[in-house]
This record gives sequence, C-alpha cells and structure tokens, in this order.
Amino acid sequence: MNIKTTRRAFLQGATAASAALVVGLNAKGAWAAAHGGEFMPNPFVKIADDGKVTVILKHFEMGQGTTTGLSTLLAEELDANWEDVGIEFAPADTATYMNTLMGVQGSGGSTAIANSYMQYREAGAAAKSLLIQAAAADWGVPAGEIQVKDGMVTHGDKSAGFGELVGKVPEGAEPDPALKSPAEFTKIGDASLPRKDSAAKTNGTAIFAMDVMPEGVVYAVLQRSPKFGGTLTSFDASAAMEVEGVVDVKETPMGVAVYATNTWAALQGREALETEWDFSNAETRSQDEIEAEYTAAMDNEEGLPARADGDAAGAIDGAAKTVEAEFHFPFLAHAPMEPLNCVVQVKDGKAQVWDGCQFHTVTQGAVGAVSGVGPENTAIETVYAGGSFGRRANFNSDYEVEATMAALALGDGRPVKLVWSREDDVRGGYYRPMTKHRVRAGIDADGNLVGWHSTMANKSIFKGTPMGDAVVVDGVDAFSVEGVADTEYTIPNFAVTLHDMESPVPMLWWRSVGHSHSGYAMEVAMDMAAEAAGRDPVEFRQQILAGAPRSLAVLNLAAEKAGWGGDLPEGWGRGVAVHKSFNTHVAQVAEVSVTDGDVKLERIVAAVDCGVPVNPDVIRAQVEGAIGYGLSHVMRQKITFTDGMVDQSNFPDYEPLRISDMPKIEVHIVQSSEAPTGIGEPGLPPAGPAVANAIYNAMGKRVMHLPMIDDGISFV
Amino acid sequence: MAITLNINGEEKSVEAPPDMPLLWAIRDLVGLTGTKFGCGVASCGACTVHVDGAPTRSCQARVGDLEGAEIRTIEGLDGNVAQAVQSAWKDLDVVQCGYCQSGQIMSAVGLLSENAKPSDSEIDDYMWGNVCRCATYTRIRAAIHEASKRMET
Repeated sequence: MNIKTTRRAFLQGATAASAALVVGLNAKGAWAAAHGGEFMPNPFVKIADDGKVTVILKHFEMGQGTTTGLSTLLAEELDANWEDVGIEFAPADTATYMNTLMGVQGSGGSTAIANSYMQYREAGAAAKSLLIQAAAADWGVPAGEIQVKDGMVTHGDKSAGFGELVGKVPEGAEPDPALKSPAEFTKIGDASLPRKDSAAKTNGTAIFAMDVMPEGVVYAVLQRSPKFGGTLTSFDASAAMEVEGVVDVKETPMGVAVYATNTWAALQGREALETEWDFSNAETRSQDEIEAEYTAAMDNEEGLPARADGDAAGAIDGAAKTVEAEFHFPFLAHAPMEPLNCVVQVKDGKAQVWDGCQFHTVTQGAVGAVSGVGPENTAIETVYAGGSFGRRANFNSDYEVEATMAALALGDGRPVKLVWSREDDVRGGYYRPMTKHRVRAGIDADGNLVGWHSTMANKSIFKGTPMGDAVVVDGVDAFSVEGVADTEYTIPNFAVTLHDMESPVPMLWWRSVGHSHSGYAMEVAMDMAAEAAGRDPVEFRQQILAGAPRSLAVLNLAAEKAGWGGDLPEGWGRGVAVHKSFNTHVAQVAEVSVTDGDVKLERIVAAVDCGVPVNPDVIRAQVEGAIGYGLSHVMRQKITFTDGMVDQSNFPDYEPLRISDMPKIEVHIVQSSEAPTGIGEPGLPPAGPAVANAIYNAMGKRVMHLPMIDDGISFV
Repeated sequence: MAITLNINGEEKSVEAPPDMPLLWAIRDLVGLTGTKFGCGVASCGACTVHVDGAPTRSCQARVGDLEGAEIRTIEGLDGNVAQAVQSAWKDLDVVQCGYCQSGQIMSAVGLLSENAKPSDSEIDDYMWGNVCRCATYTRIRAAIHEASKRMET
C-alpha cells in the first residue's frame, strides 16, 4: 500500500525544538512508501501485516548497543510490543540517514543516541499517529479516544494489532506525532529491556562482514609496505602462484593482492610472495628517536597555545608548592576482535560493498570514486561489526578502498573479500597518537590550586583531513588537547601548550580519542596536587568542581558508593578520578591489592551522568567494557617501532585484557532528565588514573609511563 | 586432496591440503560462519570448536589430522549444558560486538561439562584464553554461574 504523506507535513507536526533534527531527511518526498509489501510510514520504520515492526538503523552496531537503543526510542513512541520489534541496517543514504551531530552518515564520538533521541522518537510517534487514524476511520470513533499499548490499538471493546491496521491507513493521512512526556515512558529507562542482538550473537547466526560470502567470491589478502610510506618497486609472484588455491596475484595502488579460493590459501600465497620496496619517503625511525624528537620539541620550542587563562607560569613560579610530572602514552592499535575486512563487487557500472560500515558517507564516496562508478552507483550493505573502537571509520576508508582496488585489479566483476590478518591489523597504522604530557602545577600556602600548565606533544588526527579546517584552529587540533584544554576544573591561572608532531604513520581516533591520554595525565597530576596541598583527593576535587555540578555530583556519588575514606584490607589502595568526555560525566573509584609487589585490580565503582538513561543496562555494559578496554592499554599494550617497522604483531605481544585481569565493576547511573549524551567512550578515561591513584595509595609509586608494565608495575 | 570431516554429525567432504587449519575449512569450504577468525595463533579463542568433546582452537588443528574426529561448532551445539549456557548468555545480555562470543560459549560449555560448579578463579583459569576486546568478562563470569544453576533444574 502507498500512503501519501509528506516531509513538510511531518515537519509541521513536529515540535519547533525538534524540527532542526529532521533536517536532512529524505527530501524526495519518500516519507511514505510501499516497501516490500510493508507499510513504511517514514524512513525509520516498517510495519508488516503480521504486526512485525522493523526499525531501520542509521547507525551501525559494533557492540555499543545501538540496535537496542534506537529501537527503544522508536518503539517507545510507537508503543510497539518489544518482542515484535526487529532491526535492519539502513542503506548508505546520507540525506535520509545523516548523523545530525556529524553532518555525515556515520557513527562516532559517542553520538548515536544523542543525535537520534528526538528523531527516532518522532518517527515512532508519527507512525503511531497513522495507525490511530486507521483505527479511527475503521471503527468510526474519534482518534483522540484511541489507546495504543504494547502493539495493540484499542477503543472500548474494539481492538486491533498493528498488522491489522497497516492496510487501513486512510489515503492522504498525515502523521501527527505527539511525543510522550518522560513520565509516560515505559521502555526508555527500563533496565530489563533485552538487547536486540543477543539471540543472534549467542547462537552463531549473527552475520559480520567476515561471514559474507556471495556467490563467486574470491578471497584476497594484501601485501602492504612493511614501513609506513614505502612504495612498491617490484614483486615476484611465481612461488605464490604455486600455492594450492591461489588463483591470481595483482599489483594495486595499495599493495600486492593475492587472490585465492579460500582465506588460508590467500595467506599462504602471501607468505610465498616476494616484494621489494622503496623506503625513501617512509617512516624509518626507531622508538627512541621518535620519543627524543617529542622531548626535544617540548624542551626547546615554544609550542602552540591551546588555552591561556591568567598567568599560569607566574602563578606556578610564585606558588608555595609546585608539582611537576611527565607522562608518556604510547601509540596504540585498536585491535577489534573481528580483523578488518569487507567484500566489494564492481560490476556493470555499479559497486556493492558488504561491510561493518561505520562511516557510510565517506565509504560510499571513496568506493564510488575509486571504482569510477560514482557514489550514486555505490551501495553499502551494513552488517554487524566485530568491534571497532574507532578503527572502522577513517577519512580514507582505507580497507574498503583496498578491497575496491583489489576487485578492480582482478577485473572480472567477481566479489572480492579482502581480509586483514591480526598481524596486518596490529601493524596497520591508524594508531592512537603517542603523547608526551608535562604538567606543572602550583599550590598556595592555603592548599589551593592556583596555577596549572600542561605541555603536550602528539601528532594531530585531523590535520590534512576534510574536517581539518573545522577542527584545527591556529594549528591546534582540538582533539590533541581535549580533556585538558576544556577541563571543567576551575583553575585561575591555566595554560595548555601543544607541540604538533609529524610522521608518515597514520593516526586515528581510538576509543575516547584525546581523553584516552589527557584524562590520565589530568587526574594523576591532580592527585599529586592534592597530596602536595595536604588534602584529601576527593575533597580537593570537590572544591574546584564547584562550578561543574554534574561532574561534582558523579564524584560524590562514586565516593559514597565506594565507601571513600573507609577502611581497606592490609596492602590495598584506593584511588579516584573524574572526567567529562562526550558531554558525559563519569567518576570512578578504584581499589587494588598488592601482594609481594604484584598488583591486582580488585574493584571499580563508577558513577555516570549521561542524561536520560535510555537503556540503563546498555549503559552499564558500556561502562564495564570501556573500563576493560582502557585497562588493556593502561596495563600492558603499546605499539613501538624499530627502524620504522612495528615491533608488535599479534595478541601474544599486544596482550589484551583477559578475564582474570577484570576487576569487579559497579556502575551507578544518575537519574537525569537532561538530553542523552554519549556512553560508548566516557567510561574509559577515568579508569586508568583511578587505578594509578589506587596503586600510589597502596604502594607509594606514581605511574607516569604507560603501559604500566614499562614503569615497574607487575600484575597478577 | 579430499578429506572427510564429521561436523555437527554430518559427513562433509572438503578439498583441502592436509595442513589447512580446521577454522578455514569450516568457514570457507563448509560455509559454517559461527566459528570466528580472531588471531590465527591460538591466542584469542574466537575459533574454539569441540573436537571429540574438548574445546579446541580450530586455527591450530589441521584437517589432515581430523578424519574420524567428531567436530562440533556453535551451530551444532545441543544438550542440557549448551542450552543452559546459551540461555544464560542471552538473559544476562552478555554480548556486545558478539564476535568472540561463539568461542566464549564453546569454552564455557567445555568448562561446565567438566566442572558443573566452577568458582570465579576456576572460571578465570579455564576462560583465560578467550579474549573479549569489548571486555564483557564480568558478565561472562556471571553467565557461567547462572548456567551452572540452570543445569541443576
């Protein structure tokens, strides 16, 4: 059936406050469409005549819970029965499915719920209003007297399921979405609402890109330059072609592709491949040289001012006590469980991509350009992503472009599945920028923090990208200094200086981006300042967070729930950290025990304010996961270089957090009525410094060089 | 060469060199995709299957050594222990990205088949080789305890 409704009508029905959020919706008048025999009142929901509701997800699912979150928002206002709600990933269609906080179709920056909160609710409310009109017309009763609950539409003794009504929506009906007040919510805020992706992910049926094997698929792996920035000079494929299952070897602009009838054969073929490279423009430095350049810049150069309030240097120099600290944060690979991969087919003037796609607009543009078919002829089928932590989104769409080039080089129109090995992933670049961070702080005779100067050195993520102009101001990439330059602490004399470093190694956002290191430096140095002031670490922070009530509230909540100040067993220590990122406020209190010099992470108590908690259990899961992911790198992980080659290769030498490392975690969620903010990333930044401060409390050692095992800490 | 594998109770003939890891035969040749590739060096457990009932890293087992063995993947799980584990996993919403969870579940079924009431430290010891980058570990522990309870009823 085809119901004529218009975007204009929808906008008229929407509230003024939310109208801005629907900008970018399909302007082609396709708000109502017959879609495979289902009623599709708007681009975000389909209702079948059996009553099944399908929520169309503009965000991909990498584990962060968007399948559940977006479904909750829409089903809340639709008053659907949760068990009848299914999901489908949206096609690449930027105009319709734009992330309104990013300006492109894509996921990142912990924005999925924040940018969808009104849009998906309105889409659900709009669909419900059409079902109500259908029932009103069918039953001859006033629409205003009709009730909708759990997928049933009722009036007096009359009732109908959604499926019975989709064929009865009157011709010309226009949606009239009326949003619920928070007091009327039945799904938003319900901690018992089950995840939408649990069943498929516990029986092996969930499909990731790695599992996509279209008819005629050819498996490929790519031999890339062993040093970043190297170029291919020659290759010899004769031994590779001898490997059973290898079908071809081709040069591509991204490296040499080995094609085979299965992944194993492709990997074996690559082992046998011989390649020669020109490294004249490549990264050839070793770790100590790279670090020495950072240190020399900080020692000898003025740097770029990222923030300057008052006279930090004067206040620190004139202070009764000063604190100095120098922190080191290594390069880090994301290492999602599913190694990067996708399938690309270029045929008959069209490109088809199967991908756990995080950045649809960029990937559609890049694959369309590289393949020559244009973005308008490039379709993306999004499937589950086996983690990302930022890696699957970058301005080059690197692995999708590689697959496209491999498909073009093969040239026979067959789908090519390009797979990265774990070694490719660990050595593939797009790292969290290595950062050195010096703090000087001054405390007056009364124990007040009067001055702070952070000096940081790292490589920009955004410089030279299409978003560089928006993000890099006067040479300062806001993401290089976030978490420091925008601190919520009130410090009268406060300065941040940035040294912007260069390297051929590509950098990328890594879960919590700049906050992944700045939160650690801020919160460990803050503990040192509190100690120098002779004050309790919580009380010291409370004073300078007086102007930041939400951060202050989570600090107080975490301290209370953790029993701050209470007794601990012999050999234990307790530490605190509080950090705002992605507009979400998180405080954590960590407890560690030390036995024979070995540290064990015992417990972390977290308090979170992310606005209206849409799915409290997903919020808990994200905080648990962010803590675990963050502790992986804090404890053990680093990427280093020798003569431009990455030293690490796979999990045995890029050791992830394991189950025995995982502390007990408690998550306390503030019942806020503010608009929802991010939750995928904000749980990470406070975890490391809370643990570091607990280690100091237990054993008197300040850990300033990460990973901690490089600073003399051993773990059990 | 043609090798016959018994996977989930069915005889499957695959054309593969004998040193091909079972993982790739299961996935690319047989087409069962629930078993995952994570590291290729037995360091993450995403590829865990059961061989003659024992959790085994399929990225290291070679197809040439497995003729006559009973291979079970996530798709072929059944029985009381598997049902308890999978239902507990689902009810506790253990998963996040989900990519490692087939391997986690295969290991958890192995654990509970050997030890119906494991302690936290026994869980940690047995599950140590199964990496979850989303760090769902606290829920994995909780789900194994819950499955243990469900097995009693």
